[in-house]
Amino acid sequence: MILRRLLTIALTLTLPSSLWAAGEVTQFTLENGMEAVVIEDHRSPAVVHMVWYRTGAADEPPGVSGIAHFLEHLMFKSTDDLENGEFSRIVEANGGTDNAFTSWDYTAYHQRVAADRLGLMMQMEADRMRDLVITEADVVTERSVVLEERAQRTDSSPGALFNEQLRAALYLNHPYRIPIIGWRHEMLSLDREDALEFYERFYAPNNAILIVAGDVKPDEVRALAQEHYGPLEPSPDLPQRLRPSEPDHIADRTVRYADERVANPYVSRAYLAPERDSGAQEEAAALALLAQVLGGSGTTSVLSRTLQIEEERSLFTTAYYQGTSLDDTSFTILNVPVSGVSLGEAEADLDRVIATFLETGIDEEQFERIKFQYAASEIYAQDNVQGLARQYGVALTSGLTVEDVQAWPDVIAATTVEDVMEAAELIFGGNTRSVTGYLDRPAPPEAEIATEEATQ
Amino acid sequence: MIRPVFTAITALIFALPAWAVDIEEVVSPGGGISAWLVEDHSIPFVALDIRFQGGTSLDEPGKRGATFLMTGLLEEGAGDLDSQGFAAATEALAAEFDFSAYRDSLVINAQMLTQNRDHAADLLRQAIVTPSFDEAALERVRGQVLSIIDSDAQDPATIAATQFNALAFGNHPYASAQEGTTASVSALTRDDMIAAHRAAFARDRVFVGAAGDITAEELGLLLDTLLGDLPAEGAPLPGPAPYLLDGGTTVVDFPTPQSVAYFGHRGIERQDPDFFPAFVLNQIIGGGNFRSRLMQEVRVERGLTYGIYTYLALSDHQPMMLGQFSSSNDLVAEAVAVTRAEWTDIATNGVTEEELDAAKLFMTGAYPLRFDGNNTIAGILAGMQQDGMPVDYIATRNAQVDAVTMDDIRRVAARVLQPENLHFVVVGQPEGLEPGN
Repeated sequence: MILRRLLTIALTLTLPSSLWAAGEVTQFTLENGMEAVVIEDHRSPAVVHMVWYRTGAADEPPGVSGIAHFLEHLMFKSTDDLENGEFSRIVEANGGTDNAFTSWDYTAYHQRVAADRLGLMMQMEADRMRDLVITEADVVTERSVVLEERAQRTDSSPGALFNEQLRAALYLNHPYRIPIIGWRHEMLSLDREDALEFYERFYAPNNAILIVAGDVKPDEVRALAQEHYGPLEPSPDLPQRLRPSEPDHIADRTVRYADERVANPYVSRAYLAPERDSGAQEEAAALALLAQVLGGSGTTSVLSRTLQIEEERSLFTTAYYQGTSLDDTSFTILNVPVSGVSLGEAEADLDRVIATFLETGIDEEQFERIKFQYAASEIYAQDNVQGLARQYGVALTSGLTVEDVQAWPDVIAATTVEDVMEAAELIFGGNTRSVTGYLDRPAPPEAEIATEEATQ
Repeated sequence: MIRPVFTAITALIFALPAWAVDIEEVVSPGGGISAWLVEDHSIPFVALDIRFQGGTSLDEPGKRGATFLMTGLLEEGAGDLDSQGFAAATEALAAEFDFSAYRDSLVINAQMLTQNRDHAADLLRQAIVTPSFDEAALERVRGQVLSIIDSDAQDPATIAATQFNALAFGNHPYASAQEGTTASVSALTRDDMIAAHRAAFARDRVFVGAAGDITAEELGLLLDTLLGDLPAEGAPLPGPAPYLLDGGTTVVDFPTPQSVAYFGHRGIERQDPDFFPAFVLNQIIGGGNFRSRLMQEVRVERGLTYGIYTYLALSDHQPMMLGQFSSSNDLVAEAVAVTRAEWTDIATNGVTEEELDAAKLFMTGAYPLRFDGNNTIAGILAGMQQDGMPVDYIATRNAQVDAVTMDDIRRVAARVLQPENLHFVVVGQPEGLEPGN
């Protein structure tokens, strides 16, 4: 009873847009080609300063996997003006925090400081865009650090190792098949020349996007950007971002990885899927909603409702789609069965639930709830200006524009149940552009198997 | 080029423009429940942080894991709604509720849109006050908790902390994992859930922080709605934990290429007159930024780890100073040795003036930047109340950091750092690391 009443009330309301004060977005481009986005939020005296490069692990030459990320570490060493480690020391002395991250399509550097320190951050970031100094000694210790990073994040986690294998199988030709951190055997021989070559090819103002978010006015940001980034020479010969592309996938594939550290075996399947394209985000919006319908909630989604709650055959299920990507991306479904259900049965469960879903379609009430949540998430997102800055950075380094980002909520709102079912057919309709992965414990020794069979 | 600018700029840090966080103390008209509020009407939602002191340390003997499992069941059906109904109703309002269990508190984080706040609050009230604990949900969530326990048994970082706690805290609840064991969780009943709920949720131990689009008057009414029907008093807290560990190294064999080291000894209470010097000292040793002594010596100089940090754990029943890092099996012995050497060096010689100045500049400069969103602010407000801090703390905190002198640091380093009592638990297959004292 109460549920009915609440539903009716919620669904008849629509959310007003742009009534709130935070999050005003402005953009401009410097003469040397450096783009800039300013997001205003005057609630606190802080500012986030980010420089995003349109280069990442998928832009690496063959044989030096991990070089984009290794260079990101070396960017915290010296420049012609700054001593080793001085960059972070100055940021910290100003009460700021700084860090950086690398993905397949981008590398980003960021600081969070009091708004009146923005010019200093720009001065230092502009300095290391063109005048980095890398010594042999820095290369040796920092290579050890990134190897420790790989050991911590990947080699210590069977799930991370499994995902690495799954991805390498999903992409037959595109460099998305190579891990961002790098393959260990190639990381071991990354050297100074590799880093400098990558740096000189990609680090230039016409390959960079400035994002400033917080307690600032667009005019002051423009003046400071002109002062600090304006004098940097653009690179005349930036390479085009044309990566090797996927051939037809004529065979489906299965990856089986066994590791004695696995506590909860599971099966997942990744499908090659289209990404958000500038000016044409409709299909991606349908896929994003499809992921929500199938696996967005631990209770009410198609997978969780059927397998976890009604049938009690799964511990956990999900579906996810990362739409913001320069090239073809993936749509993934995952099932962690309860003990007693094998991974083969868990895969069959996924297939069965998806097949039923393709026949019966989407529950209208669920669909409206998901769209309302999407609209509300735009409100909640205003509370985290750093998150907003990141959203723009990922989009702009993945072939999208500020207009695309701003149009996204409307594209989502306009997506119909029919659009989502069409997207579901595209993904699940008998194509072979997928890899199924089994993450399991090693099989017990022969004798134990024999005993088990004898007892059954 | 940069250096002169740098000097000029750091001198400005103390002259940051007038900055204040305006906290209103709200008392509900019905039940007299209090909360701290920062009003900000620029985005149409409110963030709440509601915490109940006690947490999973309230588990009765033999019922380890009861409070953790109970917390996981709060959103699995309440009032007239089953788990599907509760989730669907929450989604329909786009409200976001999050229930977390810690060893000293249970924390509820909520985000509610202004346009449907009353309905969202009604749902949240049911989850807090009248959860159903129905058998089907209990079995399902029990299965999830058992899978977490299995997974923790394969995670070197969790094994390290669990082993340290088991060695350190005797028979106190702190000595065991709050999730419980396979045996203890398998034996829990619906009655145990009801008892754990009754013990944990009461008005005598609740702290509320609120920030966003709500007035003091509206918040007062909301507090009565959400919490007014809770009992006045909950279960007694377990009392101080013993500390039984002394210096040394414990190795737990685990097949992994990289060892995890978890280390520490007793810490200092927040009410201690030496708390601020200790707080600054920890920042210098391993506060998490690149500048810290351990980050410099272990990562930057020697490449032995991806990251190392230390922290003051202000636990209610035994304050600790703890740290953690991961190093490949062939490097971890050296990383442990370097950490021990720095611990001894700082305990004996203190820190440099430059290190102290840098830490103070960072801490005082970074502090005002923390208050940057409704969710963050609500959390800070609830945390301040839980730690017994005065409402004007935010305004005086930077002055207390700035007042720390080299003499304070020397005195507190000699008192708080105990190289002879520093114990390492190392999980992995470390090479050349000798266990023992």
